[in-house]
Amino acid sequence: MSATPLNTETLNTETLNTDSRLARRFAALREENRAALVTYVMAGDPDLEQSRQLLERLPQAGADIIELGMPFSDPMADGVAIQRAGDRALANGQTLALTLDMVRDFRERDADTPIVLMGYLNPIQRFGEDRFLQAAADAGVDGLILVDLPPEHGVALTAKARDLGLARIPLVAPTTPPERLPALLAQGDGFVYRIAFNGVTGSQRLDIAASLGDSIGELRQQISLPVAVGFGVRDGDTAAAVARIADAVVVGSALVERLAEDGVESALALVEALAEAIQAAR
Amino acid sequence: MSSMTRDIPDENGFFGASPNNGDGNQQQHGYGGRYVAETLMPLIAEIEAAYDEARADPAFQSRLQELQRDYVGRATPLYFAERLTEHFGGARIYLKREDLNHTGAHKINNALGQGLLAQRMGRKRLIAETGAGMHGVAVATVAARLGLPCVIYMGATDIERQQPNVQRMHLLGAEIVPVHSGTATLKDAMNEALRDWVAHVDDTFYIIGTVAGPAPYPRMVRDFQSVIGVETREQLLATQGRLPDTLVACVGGGSNAMGLFHAFLDDDVAMVGVEAAGEGLESGRHAASINGGAPGILHGNRTYLLQDDHGQILDAHSISAGLDYPGVGPEHAYLHDSGRASYVAVTDDEALEAVGLCCRLEGILPALESAHALHHAGRLAAAQGPDQVIVVCLSGRGDKDMDTITRHLMPEEAES
Ligand SMILES: Cc1ncc(COP(=O)(O)O)c(C=O)c1O
Repeated sequence: MSATPLNTETLNTETLNTDSRLARRFAALREENRAALVTYVMAGDPDLEQSRQLLERLPQAGADIIELGMPFSDPMADGVAIQRAGDRALANGQTLALTLDMVRDFRERDADTPIVLMGYLNPIQRFGEDRFLQAAADAGVDGLILVDLPPEHGVALTAKARDLGLARIPLVAPTTPPERLPALLAQGDGFVYRIAFNGVTGSQRLDIAASLGDSIGELRQQISLPVAVGFGVRDGDTAAAVARIADAVVVGSALVERLAEDGVESALALVEALAEAIQAAR
Repeated sequence: MSSMTRDIPDENGFFGASPNNGDGNQQQHGYGGRYVAETLMPLIAEIEAAYDEARADPAFQSRLQELQRDYVGRATPLYFAERLTEHFGGARIYLKREDLNHTGAHKINNALGQGLLAQRMGRKRLIAETGAGMHGVAVATVAARLGLPCVIYMGATDIERQQPNVQRMHLLGAEIVPVHSGTATLKDAMNEALRDWVAHVDDTFYIIGTVAGPAPYPRMVRDFQSVIGVETREQLLATQGRLPDTLVACVGGGSNAMGLFHAFLDDDVAMVGVEAAGEGLESGRHAASINGGAPGILHGNRTYLLQDDHGQILDAHSISAGLDYPGVGPEHAYLHDSGRASYVAVTDDEALEAVGLCCRLEGILPALESAHALHHAGRLAAAQGPDQVIVVCLSGRGDKDMDTITRHLMPEEAES
C-alpha cells in the first residue's frame, strides 16, 4: 500500500499565466541581468500598523517580490524567528481577512510588485478555500506558497487557483527525488522555491556549497520557471552568492529578526543592503 | 483480515474519500492524508514502503512477537472486575490490563514496533514527542534496548506535572528537550519533534506516539496497538465463549482505543471512545476534539481539531497530560462520522472519582487517562443488565499521577 504515482492529469496547463505580474517582473530582471530580492515578512508583525508601513516601503527599499506570511498557531516548518513573528501577529489580532486587506491597500498604491502569500492550510480551510482564493485574487495577490499542501493533495486547489490567475509556487527540497519533480512542477507556476537545506526556516546560516549550484542546474533542465533559493540567507555576501546561481534570493528570518529587535527603519536598511549586494553580484 | 472497514486507509492515507476524488472540495473529503512540508514527503514514502515490507516479513513479525512476550510481558490479562461490576450493579466489566505492560502503559506496544522498524531501516537516532511521559518512557526504554540514542521533546508544562517520568527517561539515557513554544504541551512537543526531523532526515526516525500524524503513521500505530483487541477477542472467546457487547477506551490521540477497537470493527460490538471534558465541555477548557472541535489540518493529517473561528489551534485542557491534545487520530474522525463508534466526554472530577473507586474496589491504581474510560464504563454498566459485557482498556497505571491525584483526592496529605 505505498504511495501511488501522482495524478496531475486534471490540471489544465494551457491556463499557465505567462503575462502575470510575476512573469513580467522576472522578465524585467532578466533584462537587467539581476536576481530578484524576495523579502518575507509576517502579516501583522509586530502589529497591523507597523506591518502596513513596512509592506508599503519594501519596494522602495529594494524588494522585487514580497512574500507575506499568514500567521498560524502551529507553524511546524518554521524556526523560532518566524514562530515568534506569528505569535506576535496573532496576539495583536491578525486574521486572514486583515492580511487580505493589507494586500488590497498595497495594490492601490503599487500595481507592479508581486505579492505571494505564504502559510499553512488550516486557516485557509476555516476561512473557506473557494472564498479565500477568490478574495486573494480580488485583493491583488499573485501567488501562494502552501507549506503543508503537497501536490498529492493539491490538484483541486491548484486548478481553482490557476483559473483565478493565482500561481501555486512549488517548494522543492534537497530531499526531493528527481522522480517527484514532474508532479511538483506540473502544479507549479510563477517560480520554483528551492529550499536550501534540510531544516526549518532560520535554523542555520546558508553555506553555499557547489552542490547547491549543481542541483539548481539540474532543476533548470526540467523547468522554464525562475528558481528562487531561500532558507538561511542572512547577509549581503550570502545573498550575492545565491544571486549568482539563482534567479531570486529569498530573505525571511533575518529580516523578521531585525524587525523584532530594531524596528521598521532598521529592517528596511537591511533590505537596502541586501538589494545592493544582489545588484553588484553579477 | 480483509474487510471494507479494516483495509482503510487508501493509498493516499485517507480514511473516507480522498480530496482529489469527486469535486475535490477539501472541506468535504475524508480524514488523514499527508499534509507535511516537501522536505518530509520522500521520507514518509520511504517509511511507508519499509513498513509494508516489514509487515509482510515473517522474520520481523516473529522478532516483534518474541519481544512483546519476553520483554513487554504480553499477553496482558483480561481481568473480570468483580467488585466494580457489583458496585454498578449491571453489566459485567472486564479490564484489559495494559497497565501491566513493561513501562506501565500500552505505549510500549507501538514504541517497540516502530523501534524495530527504525533499526531495520538503519536509522541511527530516535526522536519522539511526549505528553504524560508514558510514550517518552516507552521510547527511551526501546532506545536503550536497541542501543540507539534518543531525544524526547516534552512541553515545559508537562515536564512540571510529570516529574517521575522525566526522571525515568533521564535514567534510561534519553535526552529531554523542554519545549516552551505555544502552550508548552503535547501539540508543541509534536511541532518541535517535526522540526527536528526536518533537520535530521538522513539519520533520524520519528516515533509518533499515537494514531495521528501523516500517513502511514495512523495506520502503522494502529497496527502495532491492535494486539490489544486481538488478545481481548481471543481471551473473551476462550473464557466466556462470546464477544463483548461494548468496548470503552479513553481517547487522547486515540491509540489505545484504536488498538482495542480494530479487531472488532466487523463484529456486532459497540465502541465508545472517551474524550477528556476537562472542566466541562461548556467551560471551553477541555480536550474533546470530536465533541467540541471541527475538522481541520494539523500535524500532517486532516481530523477533528480544537480551533477558533480563524483556524488557529486552541489550547487543550485536561487533568491528564496524556489526553491534553487538541486533535485526534483521523481514523477516529472517520469512525465518528460513519457512526461506527461513538465518542463521549468525561470531566476531570469524574475521572478523579473513578481513580478513587478503582483503587478502593479493585486494588488497582489506574492512570488518569484510563480513569476517563472507567468512569464512562461505570455509567454504561449501571444502565445495562448482567447479561451484557463491557471491556474497558485500562491503558496505563497511575503511579505517574500520584502528585496530581494526592492534591485533588487527599489535599490534607498533599499539604503535609
Ligand atoms: C496511560 C495512557 N493512556 C492513554 C493515553 C492517551 O493516548 P492514546 O489516546 O493515544 O491512547 C496516554 C498518553 O500518554 C497514556 O499515557
